[in-house]
Amino acid sequence: MTTILEETTYAHTAPTAMAHTTKATKINVNNLNLFYGEKQALFDVCLNIQEKEVTALIGPSGCGKSTFLRTLNRMNDLIDGVKVSGEIVVDGENIYTSQDVIKLRTRVGMVFQKPNLFPMSIYDNVAYGPRMQGVKNKKVLDALVEESLRGAAIWDEVKDRLKTSALGLSGGQQQRVCIARAIAMKPDVILMDEPTSALDPISTLKVEELISQLKEDYTIVIVTHNMQQAARISDKTAFFLNGEVIEYDETDIIFQTPNDARTEDYITGRFG
Amino acid sequence: MRQTKDALLRGLLWASAAVSVGILVLIVGFIFYKGIGYISFDFIFGDYSPTGGGGILPMIVTTIYTIAISLIIATPLGILAAVYLQEYAKQGRLVNMIRFATESLTGIPSIIYGLFGAVFFVATLKLGMSIIAASLTLTIIVLPVIIRTTEEALKTVPAAYREGSLALGTTKLQTLYKVILPSAMPGILSGIILSIGRIVGESAAIFLTAGTVAAMPDSIFSSARTLTVHSYLVTQESGDIGLAAAVGIVLIVLIFAINMTATFISKKLNKADF
Amino acid sequence: MTSPVDTTKTDITKANKRKYAMEKVSSKIFLICALLSVFSLVLIVGFVFYKGATPFVAGGYSFIDFIFGSDWVPSEDKFGIWPMIVASLYATVGALIIGVPIGLFTAIFLAEIAPKSVARILSPAIQLLAGIPSVLYGVFGLAIIVPFLQNNLGLARGQSLIAVIIVLAIMMLPTIVTVCETAIRAVPKTYREGSLALGASQIGTIFKVIVPAAKSGILAAIVLGLGRAIGETMAVILVAGNALIIPTSLTDSVRPLTTNIALEMGYAAGTHQEMLFATGIVLFSFILILNFVLAKIAKGGQ
Repeated sequence: MTTILEETTYAHTAPTAMAHTTKATKINVNNLNLFYGEKQALFDVCLNIQEKEVTALIGPSGCGKSTFLRTLNRMNDLIDGVKVSGEIVVDGENIYTSQDVIKLRTRVGMVFQKPNLFPMSIYDNVAYGPRMQGVKNKKVLDALVEESLRGAAIWDEVKDRLKTSALGLSGGQQQRVCIARAIAMKPDVILMDEPTSALDPISTLKVEELISQLKEDYTIVIVTHNMQQAARISDKTAFFLNGEVIEYDETDIIFQTPNDARTEDYITGRFG
Repeated sequence: MRQTKDALLRGLLWASAAVSVGILVLIVGFIFYKGIGYISFDFIFGDYSPTGGGGILPMIVTTIYTIAISLIIATPLGILAAVYLQEYAKQGRLVNMIRFATESLTGIPSIIYGLFGAVFFVATLKLGMSIIAASLTLTIIVLPVIIRTTEEALKTVPAAYREGSLALGTTKLQTLYKVILPSAMPGILSGIILSIGRIVGESAAIFLTAGTVAAMPDSIFSSARTLTVHSYLVTQESGDIGLAAAVGIVLIVLIFAINMTATFISKKLNKADF
Repeated sequence: MTSPVDTTKTDITKANKRKYAMEKVSSKIFLICALLSVFSLVLIVGFVFYKGATPFVAGGYSFIDFIFGSDWVPSEDKFGIWPMIVASLYATVGALIIGVPIGLFTAIFLAEIAPKSVARILSPAIQLLAGIPSVLYGVFGLAIIVPFLQNNLGLARGQSLIAVIIVLAIMMLPTIVTVCETAIRAVPKTYREGSLALGASQIGTIFKVIVPAAKSGILAAIVLGLGRAIGETMAVILVAGNALIIPTSLTDSVRPLTTNIALEMGYAAGTHQEMLFATGIVLFSFILILNFVLAKIAKGGQ
């Protein structure tokens, strides 16, 4: 059973897919299995995520793509009864054998489906992470907040109201402040879990532009329901189905000449 | 036939409501009617005089002491217990046991608390009949109230806040005091205010643990009487209904103010929920 | 990248070690706080039962005689609480017979019949009255109900079982109204509409459909009211008369369990005091049975 699975999975993540790139591997996932209690949600997932690229995870609802994303910063630890086997190596360190979850989450930031700013001022939201790491110097924080908000392309819209409640912003603005909050931690990787699904088309476009800029500095893994979005912004795409990676390759290849019939069925809209 | 029956029942509904409301209006009206003549500045802020004509300041002070001491102890303990149950505990036998204990404490009549306080705090811990013994007894009485309301308040904090904070590499503890507790604060506050109401209204447990000394307490180790106990004793010993009713007015106004504050705060909570 | 956060990152593991240690310590502290209610309950039950059981275990007193004995004369070493048990049961049942129908009907009125503007004022007002110190109900009872009974029934003293019943019924009214009203309002609209659409009258719908649907909430209200009535002490002392007889009529003076404890605790010592704790155990058992019933009802309602 396992051997067959492994063989098929390796076939999909064949070295040919990686040959196109010269960039270094940032995250290396090997034979990842995940269980919610008795129920298995991920089956022998193997993926190599490249540095400073956007990797999109697509697939129908319940296929395990969000679950997979949440293994990368161990957010699944918060759920009772989750068991993980296999390995995830970030920068040469297996994050499931290392005990330092705090360190992992400062290196691997996350942006959620719905903007989840805290009921505090914009400034306090962005400064929250660094403050919790012990940064107290006001000048340092000021600079960091500005840099992060600029980095998230929202500085001009909020610079005059930094001390007002973050919850007064529009949904799209809030989501970009969420991104600013994530990059204030200077992470290496940013995980995004359908970051535009709660936004209107114009806000979506702004966030997408931002993502394309962010990959200059960060490795981005994004879960999306929107196939055009994956095609527009990602370098690589992984197609998930029933907890397995069916196909993982250059985005162009996935969308134009997929190897697997199921991938083709999905991207042409035959199911999901 | 059906119509007569309907009309009869409808009449009964109206009559019952009239009786309920009538009686309750009568009680409040009676207390105010009998007591209002006694209310004056000297009555509320004057020292007690055993020969009559004095004020009720010692009882007000005692009541404030009991509120302050029991809340100072019960509030942090109750909030942290609720935090454990909502944020830390895994569902299981331990949590069920804690929940069962909390619920059982809610149902125990105050006279039993009084018995316990008398044997444990007064006698075993040698605190004597005193404000502190009464306050410690009251602490146990309000603990379940604070735990319950804090739990409810914590439930209203969106899970997204927790995830958002933890994903930034913070610890549960940091997330708790920076994000979760501030968001739950209005609910926690209204729980504390409800507890004040419970303390103010309590009589039997205080009667058996604080005693009945009608004088300004020297310290929290003195025996003293609260407003409710005073109201009871005045009625029981001297039959002075007017005086008891005057104390009743102070109590009702207090309870009213407490409830208004709680309603106001919980309304704010709902508005803050975006 | 040389940023402020990076500089803190160099010694991050050391800082994190402290954080993990704090995490461990704090979760232990929270657990201890949560266990405090278990500890309190054990302490209360332990002390009350220990004290109350002593005369029967060590003193050679018969528990049967204690429960069913009809004489309570501490000075003669006679401790029988049967009159008080009977008084407590009569008073509680009597209060329920008066309080429950009036309370339930008032709740139905507020939830179904009353104009919204009226209900919006009355409901919170009644809720507020549930918070009034119970002593005041006793003061009211002594000043109004007792003289009324005395004058109109031609009694020597107005303090009697009926006075207790009336005071307890009034006292439980706000609780019963509030809980019943919540239960009735929680009945889905579709039930109401379904019944009305079938041609049932408003009153018919209320009694045939809505009240049965709110049954478990109403039962919970009754059990809550019962608990309040059986546990009430100070208000009862003022109107009960406190005579140690088995009541044979509504006009007899009575001494329920709670009042016996409050009246004698002040001067009791030795076996006498322990017998008061034993009285507490009996009261406690009543309440435990009530809680058990409440839990059963709550389960049945889900």
